[in-house]
Amino acid sequence: MSAAEIGRGLRAGNFTSVEVTKHFLERIDHAGKQLNAFITVTPERAIADAARADARIARGEGGPLTGVPLAHKDIFCTEGVLTSCGSRMLSNFVAPYDATVVERLAAAGMVMLGKTNMDEFAMGSSNETSWYGPVRNPWDGTKVPGGSSGGSAAAVAARLAPVATGTDTGGSIRQPGALTGLTGFKPTYGRVSRYGMVAFASSLDQAGVLAQSAEDAALVLGAMAGHDARDSTSVAVPVPDYAAGLGRSMKGLRIGVIREFFGEGLEEGTGRAVRAALEGFSAMGATIVELSLPNLPLSVPTYYVVAPAECSSNLSRFDGVRFGHRCKDPRDLLDMYKRSRGEGFGAEVKRRIMTGTYVLSAGYYDAYYLKAQKVRSLINADFRRAFSEVDVLMGPTTPTPAFAIGAKVDDPITMYLNDIYTIGANLAGLPAVSVPCGLVEGLPVGLQIIGPHFAEERLLAAAHSWQLVTDWHRKLPPMFA
Amino acid sequence: MTLTRRDVEGIALLARLEISEQELPVYVESLSRIVGFIDQLSTATTEGVEPMAHPLEDQVQTLRDDQVTEVDHRDRYQGNAPLVAAGLYLVPKVIE
Repeated sequence: MSAAEIGRGLRAGNFTSVEVTKHFLERIDHAGKQLNAFITVTPERAIADAARADARIARGEGGPLTGVPLAHKDIFCTEGVLTSCGSRMLSNFVAPYDATVVERLAAAGMVMLGKTNMDEFAMGSSNETSWYGPVRNPWDGTKVPGGSSGGSAAAVAARLAPVATGTDTGGSIRQPGALTGLTGFKPTYGRVSRYGMVAFASSLDQAGVLAQSAEDAALVLGAMAGHDARDSTSVAVPVPDYAAGLGRSMKGLRIGVIREFFGEGLEEGTGRAVRAALEGFSAMGATIVELSLPNLPLSVPTYYVVAPAECSSNLSRFDGVRFGHRCKDPRDLLDMYKRSRGEGFGAEVKRRIMTGTYVLSAGYYDAYYLKAQKVRSLINADFRRAFSEVDVLMGPTTPTPAFAIGAKVDDPITMYLNDIYTIGANLAGLPAVSVPCGLVEGLPVGLQIIGPHFAEERLLAAAHSWQLVTDWHRKLPPMFA
Repeated sequence: MTLTRRDVEGIALLARLEISEQELPVYVESLSRIVGFIDQLSTATTEGVEPMAHPLEDQVQTLRDDQVTEVDHRDRYQGNAPLVAAGLYLVPKVIE
């Protein structure tokens, strides 16, 4: 059952939130360990939240999400609950306050089941960099679920939770969404508050949702979006009623197909499924034009300058003084910094901090960081030009379906190229969604839809229209059906 | 471009990261490859292009009234600290 269907059932009195919550807690208990999808499960709090939601519903209060359970990516601060960010560094960190996303979804009456596993500090595309171990893909336990929001994706795909939050810095919602058969939505930069969301790359990070359908994504996004005075980059643009806009027709929608997304490296079955989806939109009355974004192939190297630079700065706060891991018996202050950080961070996080330190260091700043910010302008201009001709852009979310656990861990560049189609939207701050559009040898693949700033409604309507004429989003992993 | 062992030791010190003898060659290799990869950026023509500072145009830094909005949560925050005494964070001695 989707989050929207659970909400309707609760309000119709078909079942209670406590019953629904217990059902999901039992599923987590049975399958959670096998998938390693959760870092922390919060059953007592969930039941208490659910009982409160039932009381609200009984009084005729609340909204479409009241009493509906969800899981939060362990990057969001949750007061009184471990917030580890998948890292040894924060494996003892009990957040002293709630992130705005957590606060808003709780205010909407949603019930927190627990905190999901993730790549350490959201740095990864396979959920293998987590200090808590890799997450398994519910469709095939030998495959990765994608990352960094891999625990959230696995949890929703295996229906251990009806919906989950995620964050997307370079594809971390859309890529795991594609690899697990979910609707993964990354909003416009600034649409959702980053307050209480552990920072990785602040000019790229954005919170979003991993859902079973566009309808669920619309409901949850609507509840979490909006201006927040505590995040100076959150934007004061009114939040439309996303669910109300789902019914828009695709007739006359101008779809741009990005030529650069169909080149070398795109796996054949994935390409075929995406092309079939484009024909589906054409059949619904949309017009399709092919266009080129010539600077887009530089998005991955641009990202691997900008994101590590911002990460090296953001993660300098982990110094073993105020919170987080501290090494044993430091000789002096320098030794304490070096060993606390050396022990607290995993290999990929250290690699990115060092990359960032290097590109920002004296003598290299102009050649790398400044250059990357200029190329970022070019990529942004490419998108702007495209959106003067079309309403949305479409292409694959990932070059291949899910790959084997361990297959790419020793080769950072190959791993980074997983995000070749998703990074552009982050660099330009654009909203984008991945929707299931087929199965290749039993593994899901995703269609990516990218829109101009604040075109969330248009993307959700397109995703919803697709889901009205297909049932890829209803397919369940055979082991969890 | 290839980084040397010395380069990586220097970067690690700047980043305040202890890197073991065994880990060092792994980072020399992978960071060299990453630097080689991002060197592709030099192929882009960027004369006269402004660096992009923010994804959204027309955004201004918002100001708020100069009023106290936060209450004191020192004890709660220090609950996460590795070592505190009398409300102070303790670190190894820095002045002899």
